[in-house]
Amino acid sequence: MIPLSWYLALSAALFSVGVYGVLARKNAVAILMSVELMLNAVNINLVAFWHYLTPTAVSGMAFALIVFAVAAAEAAVGLALIISIYRRRQTVVAEDVNLMKF
Amino acid sequence: MTIEPFAPVHLLAVLPEILLVVLAGVLITADLALPAARKRELGLYAAVGFGLVLGVTLLVTLPTVSGGLIFGGMLRHDLIAFAFRVLFLFAGVVTALIAVDSPTIGKEGEFFLVLTAAVLGMNLMAAAADLIMLYVAIEMTSIGLYALAGFLRENDKSAESGLKYFLFGAFTSSLMLYGFSLLYGFTGQTNLYNLAAALTGLPLEASLLALLLVLVGFGFKVSMVPFHFWAPDVYEGAPTPVTAFLSVASKAAGFAVLIRFLLAAFPGIESIWTTLIAVIAALTMTIGNVIALTQKNIKRLLAYSSIAQAGYMLMGLAALSANGVSAILYYLGMYTLTNLVAFGVIVLVGRVTGSDEIADYAGLSRRSPGLALALLVAFLSLGGIPPLAGFFGKFYLFTSVMQSGLVWLAIVGLVNAIISLYYYLIVLKVVYLGTPKDEAAVYPVPRPYQLALWACALGVIFVGAVIGPWVNIAAAAAGGLF
Repeated sequence: MIPLSWYLALSAALFSVGVYGVLARKNAVAILMSVELMLNAVNINLVAFWHYLTPTAVSGMAFALIVFAVAAAEAAVGLALIISIYRRRQTVVAEDVNLMKF
Repeated sequence: MTIEPFAPVHLLAVLPEILLVVLAGVLITADLALPAARKRELGLYAAVGFGLVLGVTLLVTLPTVSGGLIFGGMLRHDLIAFAFRVLFLFAGVVTALIAVDSPTIGKEGEFFLVLTAAVLGMNLMAAAADLIMLYVAIEMTSIGLYALAGFLRENDKSAESGLKYFLFGAFTSSLMLYGFSLLYGFTGQTNLYNLAAALTGLPLEASLLALLLVLVGFGFKVSMVPFHFWAPDVYEGAPTPVTAFLSVASKAAGFAVLIRFLLAAFPGIESIWTTLIAVIAALTMTIGNVIALTQKNIKRLLAYSSIAQAGYMLMGLAALSANGVSAILYYLGMYTLTNLVAFGVIVLVGRVTGSDEIADYAGLSRRSPGLALALLVAFLSLGGIPPLAGFFGKFYLFTSVMQSGLVWLAIVGLVNAIISLYYYLIVLKVVYLGTPKDEAAVYPVPRPYQLALWACALGVIFVGAVIGPWVNIAAAAAGGLF
């Protein structure tokens, strides 16, 4: 059987890619995609921990399901905000959205 | 801590939340049913609805001090959750009142609907005792607030503030969630009150990693350094009633979870996180206050001021004592009243002058002595001048920090309080000594605003003058956590 550590390594790698994406990408849609990657990494973590550590308790499974649902809601609101910016400015590049500064 | 088996009486403990769901239904129905000419009443319905829920909360849901874990350990029915609930509902009433006659959002049913959902999420944040519940509650609040901040789609600044809030919020909450997943993995538990025992056997690094990740998410909500960058932009761009709500309720909700989480889950590494919080507190108030000195826009000024206020309150957490937590509660209460007064005035002035620049407040005292007086009360209280509530709030916080032996932190706080007086007084100088640009400007104050401003301004004076009962409540609530 595949050991737990493999899943955790995959999750950590995916999470790191997501964090890098958020910090390095300039397009708001790409940032949103990177956030989704981070949430997927969390889900891999949760399901792997659930399967290997507490397969009889449902909490890990339930947690992962709830993360799905919340991620969907977050993406919906996020895309709506991005569209409203796009309609006003014809751009979704986060750097160009800078009316307000220090 | 044992989880109580379900009993019908537990439904009473979540009665305010159930009623908020009903209120949301009523608002969306009213939005569909009312003719366009009567849409103005939506905000009044929302305010009255929040008021009724507040009344029910006060009458029915007062918990015993010890508190119990209910609904399979998802919620803890304790006094601190109760106190925060009252705070959120009160902020909801005032926010709805100052949004009533707004030309942009006053007639939008969705606005009040999302506001109700956000208050519901905050109520659950304050009571959540389980990682899963906590995550759902935090996201319920945050997603609603993203939408509220970007509510004015036709306004460039509002749309921008919504996007910025969303991008920062989604990123930090994902980091926090990764921390949650690690906590679950390390311990096999999701209940906050079981985490501590399970974490004690593990290496220090495990707790520390989870702590840091979780702090990112909570730090974003309370706008502590270095996760404060969103605050000025979002505060400036969001519709002003939303800014008022964000600056008090969202920050209070952040403190509710921060206090409960750190005390419940990480008693094993207390010495580490109190030092960390103490350093962050010092940085937060210093950076907030110093940058506030240079601001020209009053909403941005209050954003930096609110970052600084978060810094003061973090000191109470660093003190790690029932006194410290009780001081935070008192401070949050007075800060809510005070900031709502300030933003209520900003809403009204902004509507007449169409601007939030401090320069446009010149001579406000001659055109509208009442509004100027309200602003005076609010800013002097924020600055900590006796006999207003802000003075005792700071005094109580600094005392609790001194009692815990963090004298250096209290001194940093004191110096900061003096710095902050400078920029509060500058605004008051403009208001009282400046010459009005438009000698004939009229500042109408509609009924709902009068009610909200009077209630909050008298509250600021009353809470500062009669301290005993509030401190007793705060101390009892804080006692339930130790």
